[in-house]
Amino acid sequence: MKKNRVNISGILFYILVIAVMLIILFPFIWQILTSIKSERELWSIPPIWIPKKINLDYYYSVFIKRPFLTYIKNSFIVASSTTVFSVLVASFASYALARLHFKGKNIILSLVLAVSMFPGIAIVSPLYIFMMNVHLLNTYIGLIIPYTTFTLPLAIWNLTTFFREIPFELEESARVDGATYMQTFMRIIFPLAAPGVFTTAILSFISAWNEFLFALVFNTKDMMRTVPVAIAMFPGEHELPWGDMAAASVVVTIPLIIIVLIFQRRIISGLTAGAIKG
Amino acid sequence: MNAVKRTRRQGLSESQFGYLMVFPALLCIGLIALYPVVQTFWLSLHRLRLQFPDMTKFVGLQNYITIFGDDRFINATINTVEFTIVSVALELVFGLCIAMLMNKEYKGRGLMRAAALVPWAIPTTVSAMMWKFIYNDQLGVLNDILVRLHIIPEYKAWLGSEVTAMGAAIVADVWKTTPFMALLLLAGLQVIPRELYEAATVDGASAWRQFITITLPLLRPTILVALIFRTLDAFRVFDLVYVLTGGGPGNSTETLSVYAYKTLFRNMDFGMGSALSVIIFVFIFIISLIYIRILSSGSSAE
Repeated sequence: MKKNRVNISGILFYILVIAVMLIILFPFIWQILTSIKSERELWSIPPIWIPKKINLDYYYSVFIKRPFLTYIKNSFIVASSTTVFSVLVASFASYALARLHFKGKNIILSLVLAVSMFPGIAIVSPLYIFMMNVHLLNTYIGLIIPYTTFTLPLAIWNLTTFFREIPFELEESARVDGATYMQTFMRIIFPLAAPGVFTTAILSFISAWNEFLFALVFNTKDMMRTVPVAIAMFPGEHELPWGDMAAASVVVTIPLIIIVLIFQRRIISGLTAGAIKG
Repeated sequence: MNAVKRTRRQGLSESQFGYLMVFPALLCIGLIALYPVVQTFWLSLHRLRLQFPDMTKFVGLQNYITIFGDDRFINATINTVEFTIVSVALELVFGLCIAMLMNKEYKGRGLMRAAALVPWAIPTTVSAMMWKFIYNDQLGVLNDILVRLHIIPEYKAWLGSEVTAMGAAIVADVWKTTPFMALLLLAGLQVIPRELYEAATVDGASAWRQFITITLPLLRPTILVALIFRTLDAFRVFDLVYVLTGGGPGNSTETLSVYAYKTLFRNMDFGMGSALSVIIFVFIFIISLIYIRILSSGSSAE
């Protein structure tokens, strides 16, 4: 339509877009630059913006001198188990909420929504005592249980939206052919909702990966820490290890950026589905 | 497979099967979310220090009486409210602008959207660390930029001063969550029919007038939903403040969640800490009720 027409407002528009993108990305770009500086460049005042050559000492320090791989492993085990449990439990519930008739569905949906607003701090004290009594402090399970619960609301809302979109005739014909509810769910509905299930899985994973309060409180042993807590604990007694922290943040952020770039459409639709239709 | 057979044999009705399917989710929510809230309340009625469990004693509402007369609680409440109102207001304004930038069609729009997801996707502690370094009084790039532009005469300790620390925390929060706000609002913008704008343009309405008469009213439900999410999130802010300032300097950035955390896990005072948790819960509950009221009054008026 307006192709090739280079006008001033068009240029201004692009300048605005680029400015916004720069502001959004700047802290991260700065972190990358910091992570590859030499010790001398990092501590110079005023700051040196662009390092003369790439220096990987801080990455070496993060992975070799600190047990950062262990933190990543902890986070990965906790987040992926949470994702599996949450998606499984949520898809059962969402199937029923989206496609079956029974009393109390609206109450259940409102309850689920209410739980998504729960402040973690409101339940952390009894959960801590519980985890202490059953010896689940400093374990993976101790985190997976609350994470599964708190990723359920978003998962249920998302999956309910997806399950509703599948045509009802498919299900009816399967039922006519003598399939049980469970068979219809497992063989017809669940596979058809695969994209929705996948989106929900990504969102659950990211939210479990990023959780801080429970991880900080329940898993206090260094070797059981998750990535967000480990990074928050980097500052020791003395000078702040800015280089290590920068390198560690880059290591954690890059996989997330890749996930976001590949699945941006799905993530956005998953994040916004509840807000618009709800 | 076993489950399938059993279902058929017993011939579950549709509603029985429905309840069976929602049961695991309700069990999780009941045991890990609802029941603990009741427990928190019960704990809050006790004098309970975790180091001395034998000295636990029921004290009724004593903890609440102590808290309401406590300056530190008043200070934390004011900080939380200030943080919530200022950051959510800024996020709404910037979020709306960015959403409108993303709603136009141009080359690189996908890139812009992907960039917007980055702050949302990274852990808050990581973004807090990034900002902590940016704000650093000696090495921080913010001081460098502002001095080079002659906006400030000399380096400042942004996080070290009671005057600027809260503002610094708010900026970091706005940076992290505005893109999320923008994406929510964008989804709302996209369902507004284009014909409305075309008709308005034909009628000679200015862009500003179109924004006021078409965009804002039709976006109202989405804005409200985005505000609910963000207000409740901002009100329970913990990780950002914990990493950025730890509540300091001199409690000037201490929010309710940070105060409750310190009482629970630094002082190991579970009675007092639980009472603070219950108060946060009640605040959140009241805020949700207000929003739900506004939302439902809007939809019934239409």
